[in-house]
Parts: sequence; C-alpha cells; structure tokens
Amino acid sequence: MLTLHCPYCGVNADETELDAGGEAHIKRHGPGSDDNQFHDYLFTRENPKGVHLERWRHAAGCGKWFHAARCTATLEVFGTYPAQVYEPPQDIKDAISAKRPGWSWREFE
Amino acid sequence: MSDPVSAPVSAMNHASYVGIARVEETGLQGMITLRGDLSSATLGKAIKAATGQGVPDVRRVAVDGDSGACWMSPDELLLLVPYAEVEAKLAALNETLKGEHALAVNVSDARAVFRVSNGPAREVMAKLAPVDLSPGAFEPGEIRRTRLAQVAGAIWMEEDGAFRVICFRSVADYVFKLLSVAAQPGSEVGVF
Ligand SMILES: [Zn+2]
Repeated sequence: MLTLHCPYCGVNADETELDAGGEAHIKRHGPGSDDNQFHDYLFTRENPKGVHLERWRHAAGCGKWFHAARCTATLEVFGTYPAQVYEPPQDIKDAISAKRPGWSWREFE
Repeated sequence: MSDPVSAPVSAMNHASYVGIARVEETGLQGMITLRGDLSSATLGKAIKAATGQGVPDVRRVAVDGDSGACWMSPDELLLLVPYAEVEAKLAALNETLKGEHALAVNVSDARAVFRVSNGPAREVMAKLAPVDLSPGAFEPGEIRRTRLAQVAGAIWMEEDGAFRVICFRSVADYVFKLLSVAAQPGSEVGVF
C-alpha cells in the first residue's frame, strides 16, 4: 500500500484516498509550437524503472493536487511537494540523491 | 400534514440505529461552503459574525451546537449555522465579503449529517475510513476529510467522544447503512 504525505493538509494519506494524475512537470506546448512538440506534449511519457516524478490528488481529502517523488521498482517514497513548482525543490532532489546517487529524470538530476 | 413542497426534510429524516453504538441522522443543518483567502482579516470577521468562531487552523474544527467552522482545504471552510438562519447568514456573509476574492454557497440541502455516539464510536468509524483513529492520534477538535468505504466524507470528534459525519446527500442512505453495519451488535473489535 502506497502512503503519501499531503503537503497541504499534512495527512499521511493511504493510496485509496488519492487519485493518480500521471507524470509531473509536463510542459504544455500549445499555440506557436510545432507538430513534434505538440505530439510529445500529448503522448511522450517517461516510463522509468526507478526514480519517477508524479502528480497525485488528495481526492477524498482536501482535494488538492501535489507532486510525489518515488521509486517505481520499490515503491519507496522520497518525498512529496506542492503543485505550484516547475521542478522538484532542492530538498526533494537531495532526498533522492541520498538514496539513488547519480539519478536523473528528464532534465533533472 | 404540512405542505410537502415547502417543508424541508433532511436526507434520512432523523433515521437512527442502535447497535454497539447509536447512529442517527441529526436532521437539518445549515451549511455554507466558503472559498477564499483564509488569512484575510475581512474573511475572519465575516466568519466570526456568521458562526461566532475564528478561522480554524489546518484540519481543525470549532463547533458549538449547530454553529461552527470546519477546515476543509487551504482555501475552503465549511460553516455551520442554524438551518433556519442560513439564508440570512449567507446574505450577511456576502455583504461583508464584497470586494474580496471569495465565494460562499448554501449547501445545506446538498449534505447529510450523522452522529455516532453511546459506544465505541472510534471503532465504528475506524472500520470505514483509512485513518488512524486511535486515542492520541485523533482527538476532539480535529476534522478529517476522508473516504467512508466507497464515498467521500468528513468526520470529527466531539468532546464526549461522539463522531459527527458529513457526506453528500446523494449518498446519505449508503452512509447510514454503512454506519449501521459497522455498529452491528457483536461486531466489537476491541482494538482501542
Ligand atoms: Zn490533503
């Protein structure tokens, strides 16, 4: 059972209280972008065995979206952080580095 | 009989069940959903006037009788007011909040309220929600929005150890049956 800490209401929420929202930090390519960028925005996703950054929603709780950094192979959670950021905060990156030295995910490392 | 159209009835019309604890639908309760900046002084003043309470802290409730304020999310409160006064309270609230980035809506008839008392209420609730309800982990004054079996609900504990449960009116019958089954005679777990 996956348990994630909701950064808004402070609850350690069990998976059944949460909705999965797919990959985190996807840059929207809209007007002005070319077909390839739009294609990648719509369809290209990371599918790592290891460190992954995701969006989750505390659906049955406070209703807010947040981010989670976890390992898809072990389900270990490195940390959660608010939705209003474009990349994981330094403390989350440090927490991942402590457990998975040399990790990278898209442009982050 | 009074006019069935003009006389409001709560979702379960005070249905009750007695097993290892008492489950009852508490009837009509005025409820106002308020969204806005919870740190705003104007908002605080409006809430005080409507409920007699201050702005509750994260995951806290301040309820006295049928008036109070419940924390719902970082930008949302549920205000409890007497059912008969809800329209007047809402009008006063909107008057005070003029110019504020806030939204207040009367949701009284879109919700149902239950009370679980007279017995191992912690145990009854713990069967239904993925929440640590052990003494010390969950105490009076804290509110938890969570899942009650398959539907969303909010629960808090009163000073006497009873639980209040709020759910959507559309699932009131489901929640009443859920609470009743969880309070069946002989279903004590004795974990707390
Ligand atoms: Zn939350």
